[in-house]
Amino acid sequence: MSEVLERPTDATAKLRIIDSDIHPSLRAESDLNPWLSERWKKHIAEYGKLGHQPYAGRNTYPRFMPNTARRDAWPPGGAPPGSNLDFMRAQLLDLYDIEHGILEPLFPGNLLRNLELSAAVCSAINDWQVAAFTSQEKRLRASIQIPFEDARASVAEIEKRVRQRDFAQVQLTSRSTEPLGRPKYWPIFEAAAHHNLPIGLHIGGEAGFAPSASGWPSFYVEDHHGLTHSMQCQATSLVLEGVFERFPTLKVIMIEGGWSWLPILGWRLDAHWRKMQSEVPHLKMPPSAYMKRNLWVSTQPMEEPERPEDLRRTIDWIGWDRILFATDYPHWDFDDPRHAFPCALTEAEKRMIFRSNAEAIYKLD
Amino acid sequence: MAETIDCDIHPGVPTVKVLLPYMDAYWADAFVQRGMDGFDLASYPPGSPIACRPDWRRAGQKPGTDLAQLQSAALDAFGARFAICNPLYGGTVAVSETMGAAICSALNDWIAAEWLNADPRLRASIVVPAQAPHLAAEEIDRKAPDRRFVQVLLPAGAEMLYGKSYYWPIFEAAQRHGLPVGIHAGLMYRHAPTSNGWPSFHLHDYVAGAQVFEDQLLSLISEGTFLRYPGLRIVLLESGVTWLPGFIWRAIKTWRGVRAEVPWVKRSPAAYIREHVRLTMQPFDAPDDPAIVAQLLEEIGSDEMLLYATDWPHWQFEGERAVPPGFSPALLRRITVDNPLATYPRLQESIA
Repeated sequence: MSEVLERPTDATAKLRIIDSDIHPSLRAESDLNPWLSERWKKHIAEYGKLGHQPYAGRNTYPRFMPNTARRDAWPPGGAPPGSNLDFMRAQLLDLYDIEHGILEPLFPGNLLRNLELSAAVCSAINDWQVAAFTSQEKRLRASIQIPFEDARASVAEIEKRVRQRDFAQVQLTSRSTEPLGRPKYWPIFEAAAHHNLPIGLHIGGEAGFAPSASGWPSFYVEDHHGLTHSMQCQATSLVLEGVFERFPTLKVIMIEGGWSWLPILGWRLDAHWRKMQSEVPHLKMPPSAYMKRNLWVSTQPMEEPERPEDLRRTIDWIGWDRILFATDYPHWDFDDPRHAFPCALTEAEKRMIFRSNAEAIYKLD
Repeated sequence: MAETIDCDIHPGVPTVKVLLPYMDAYWADAFVQRGMDGFDLASYPPGSPIACRPDWRRAGQKPGTDLAQLQSAALDAFGARFAICNPLYGGTVAVSETMGAAICSALNDWIAAEWLNADPRLRASIVVPAQAPHLAAEEIDRKAPDRRFVQVLLPAGAEMLYGKSYYWPIFEAAQRHGLPVGIHAGLMYRHAPTSNGWPSFHLHDYVAGAQVFEDQLLSLISEGTFLRYPGLRIVLLESGVTWLPGFIWRAIKTWRGVRAEVPWVKRSPAAYIREHVRLTMQPFDAPDDPAIVAQLLEEIGSDEMLLYATDWPHWQFEGERAVPPGFSPALLRRITVDNPLATYPRLQESIA
C-alpha cells in the first residue's frame, strides 16, 4: 500500500502542478483600508458588513478549527493562515513544486446586503490581491471578486480588471440570493464569455436561505456536507435556465463542491427532462450534454469511495478532462497532491488532472 | 411475479368533497362554507408529466382517482400481491395545525373505507400532520390498530429537519406500533426549494428533491435519532436512489473530519444508513445501461436496502419496465419480496 502511495511523490513533483484553489487571508480587516473611501471605512466601523447570518462577527455554523485552517498553517508571528506570502511559498508553492496557483478570497464582500458597499469591498479585495500577492509572486493568479447581486456593478469591475494578467477568472459563490442561472446574472456571464474568462464558482456563502428545503441543520457536520447541494443547484440552474445555450463558450469551474454527484445529477436531469422538456423548450440538448461541455470540477475535498477503485468509475463517467486538482490551502481539509487520490492514476491521467486540464482553461502565460 | 410487493403507489383524492363525510361537523361545514378545495400538492401539479404517465391519464380525471384503473394498471399489470398506498395530499402541508390534522384524519378513514376495503391487496401509510407532531402522534395511535396501515408517511421537506427534537413524538409513536416512517418526495414549501432560493422550473424543484433526502439522513444521524429510537426504520420514497453511494462517501468523510462535534455518533454514517434506511426503487436515476446500473448497485453495498415500487401513476418508466436492466434474479427476488416483508412486518401477518 505504501508503495502505491509513495510512488506518485516524484511523478507529481515533475508535473509542475496547477493548484486551482488557494485561500489568501487579510492580516487584519484594515488591510483593505488603502482602497476604501472614508465613507466606507466609517460605515464598516459603525455597522459592520451586514450579510444574512445571525451573528455580527462570524458565520452561522462555527467551523471546527480556528479560521477553518490547518493547525500548522499559522505563520511565524501569529498572523492568520494564508496571510503571509513567504510562509505560503514555503508551505505550499515550493514544497509541492506548484507552478501556478489560483487565489480564491473567501472573506465577506460579494454577498453583502448593501450593494454599494459590496462593490466597494470587492474592488478593494481585487486591489489587495494584486498588492499583497500577485505583484510579488508570479506563480499566483487572483480571482476577480464581484458584487454579483448587482450585475451592472459586477460587469464594471470585470471590465476594470480584465486586462491585468494578475486575474485568471471571475469568482462566484455557490450560495446566492437567486439560483445563478436566472436572468439577473446574465450580464456577468456575457462579460465572462466575451472575455473568455472562466467562472470560478466556489463553494460557500450565506445568502439567507435555509441550507435545506427542510430548514436549518443543527451542526457544521451537516452544513459542510450540505454545501455540495448548493453547487448542484447552481449546476442545475445554469443548465435549465439556458445560460449555456445562450453563452455556449462559457466555462464554469465548480470549486470545492464535491463531484461524485456530477454524473448522477446529469442522469437524473436527463431522465426527468425527457418527460418535462416542454417546460424548458429553450434547451436544445439533454441537460447532461451542457454539463459535459460547460462545467469543470476541482478535486478537493477529494471523493473517498468505500472501495477506492470506484473513484475511477466516477471519473470515467465525468470525463478525465473535466477535473482540476486543488489543495484548498491553508484550510483544514487540505489535499496533499502526493496522497490525495485514494486510487492509483496513470502518468497520463495525472498529467491531465494536475496540470493540463487547468492549462486548457486558464490563461496562465 | 404474483408475489411482488409494490411499496409506492398513489391513489388520488379527486376533491376535498370526498373527504367531508369523514370529518367532524365543524370541518365538514367549514370546507363548504369557505369554499376551500384545491389541496393537491405543488410538488405534483395534477396536470404535470410527473403526476401521471400519459397512458395512465384519463380525460377529466385527476391522476390515480379511479379504483378500477388502479386495480388493472397497477395491481394486475404488475402482478402485485400487495401494494402500499401513499396518498399525497394537502393535509400534510397545511400551515394550520388543526386543518392539516382534519384533512389527514379524513384521508386515512377514506382510504380505509373506499380503497383498502375494496381490494385485499391494498395497504396504506398513515398520513399525518407533521406540522403538529403531537397531533401526528395521536393520529398514529388512532389508525395503527388497523393492521392494513403499515407505515407513517411524512413529506421530505418540512418545517424543520426531522432529526430535531420537535419531531420526537412522531418517532415515538411509530416505534410504539412497530411502524416504519416513510419519507416521500415533496415539499411543504416552508423554505425555498434550494439553498440558493427559488428555481424557475418545476423540473428543477423535482430534481433538487433528491437533496432533501440527503439532508434528512444527515439530520437523523447527526441528532442521534437512530440512537434514541433503535428500532426505527426509515423508508425513502421516490428519492431517485442513485445519489446514495456518493452521499455515503461524503457523509463518512465529513464525519471522520469533524465527528467530535457530534460525539454521540459513534459509528460511521454508512452503518446507520445500511441498518435503518430503505429506499423504493422508482425512479432509479441512471442510464439504461446494465453495466452502469450494476456498478451503482455494487456501490450501494447492500442487497437489503432497495424496495420494489412502480410509483403508479407517476411517470417514471415506460411499459412494464419497472426494474432497470442490471438487476440479477436473486436481487430481484429480494427487492420484490424479501425486503418489503422485512421492512413492513405487518405484511407478513396476512401471509401467515
